[in-house]
Amino acid sequence: MKYKGWDEFEIGAMLRSFDGAIDDIAGTAQIDRKYSENNSYRANVADWRILKPVFNKDYCIDCQFCWIYCPDVSIIARDKKMIGVDMDHCKGCGICVEVCPTNPKSLLMFVDYADEEAELAQWPAKDEEE
Amino acid sequence: MSEIKKIKNLKEFSTSADRFEGANLLCPGCAHSIIVREILNATNDDLVLSASTGCLEVCTAVYPYTSWDASWIHIGFENCSTAIAGAEAMYKSLKNKGRLKQPDRNPKFIAFGGDGASYDIGLQWISGCMERNHDMMYVVLDNEVYANTGGQRSSSTPIGSSATTSPAGSISYGEKMNKKDLMGIMGAHNIPYAAQVAPNKWKDLVKKVQRGFATEGAVFINAVSPCTTEWKFDPKDTMMLSDLSTDSLVFPLYEIIEGREINITYRPKNVVPVEEYLAAQGRFKHLFKDQYKHLIGEWQTRVDENWAYLNRREEARV
Repeated sequence: MKYKGWDEFEIGAMLRSFDGAIDDIAGTAQIDRKYSENNSYRANVADWRILKPVFNKDYCIDCQFCWIYCPDVSIIARDKKMIGVDMDHCKGCGICVEVCPTNPKSLLMFVDYADEEAELAQWPAKDEEE
Repeated sequence: MSEIKKIKNLKEFSTSADRFEGANLLCPGCAHSIIVREILNATNDDLVLSASTGCLEVCTAVYPYTSWDASWIHIGFENCSTAIAGAEAMYKSLKNKGRLKQPDRNPKFIAFGGDGASYDIGLQWISGCMERNHDMMYVVLDNEVYANTGGQRSSSTPIGSSATTSPAGSISYGEKMNKKDLMGIMGAHNIPYAAQVAPNKWKDLVKKVQRGFATEGAVFINAVSPCTTEWKFDPKDTMMLSDLSTDSLVFPLYEIIEGREINITYRPKNVVPVEEYLAAQGRFKHLFKDQYKHLIGEWQTRVDENWAYLNRREEARV
């Protein structure tokens, strides 16, 4: 993208979120929207992350606590099912893991370079104390 | 359109298409975006939004990106409420003249402000909007400090909190002034609806916001927003802090209708001692030194008195 210089701005700036008109945003899922290059949906904050959440769908009960409490719109929910984490927008805060009610948790934090398959294979067993 | 969106449970709620985007520059674990998402997802109607200078504005509109999928205005630190009031007045006027292309879409007008923009700098502007009773909603994201500029105290900062302009040390225990009761001030405007909400009680929040949307006239919402950077706790504990603030009654959830009727909407089953709420945050850690320990007792008394006061008001309907 070509950035404008300080003397090329008009007074009062306007950024458009979408390319073209959208009639019903609230009824259009994020994957179906035509985001413009000015929308932060097209940006990436993956490099902020130190720990990443790994999702284990075997234990998930689709309660959607992670979806509502995610500050970065990174939990992908489709048709009332939790299907994964949007790794472009996740900043690795770990709220989803804290609010996950299952035992063992269906989301856990690992270092960002951890291999997802390997971590899923050695997922912790049920914690009996709780 | 314009009918109230039906949200029975979280599964149903999760089918909403978000109009607030990720990859904004808010801190990891910031409660601002949780509150904003819960509010925007509570309706399917079109939105006209505005935000005062503050974390939310600075982090969601960094050139060349915007995180908002709705009309969004930013002008100054103090006047986002008047900007939205102006947009609402223009909408009403154009509608009366029959010059709107889609007159039946009923957009919702919402202004977001931080506690600095609402408790201090923008107070008279908000007061004006509430007095003129514009059909709008004003939302305060109350993190009790000027977090965006480095943690200066605001008039929302509670007693004993260490902020950069009221630091705690061997002489001082930090902030010395009590928190301003903005809900009381807004209630005294006799506006149709004012409510206090918290992001952890999403159902209570959505219910109040939907009632606000259905109300014709000015609506004021005060939302507690735990700030991981300035309250000094681990980002993953945002929801725990929010739970603590509502369960310890430091931040009671209630609504004021027409300035007369108070309803307490959430009564915690197990009330947590205020000490636990204070202990969870780095900004209060000096209160646990012997020198300042007496302040914890004072905190508890103050919170209890406020709770009793709210209960008395609820009972007497004043």
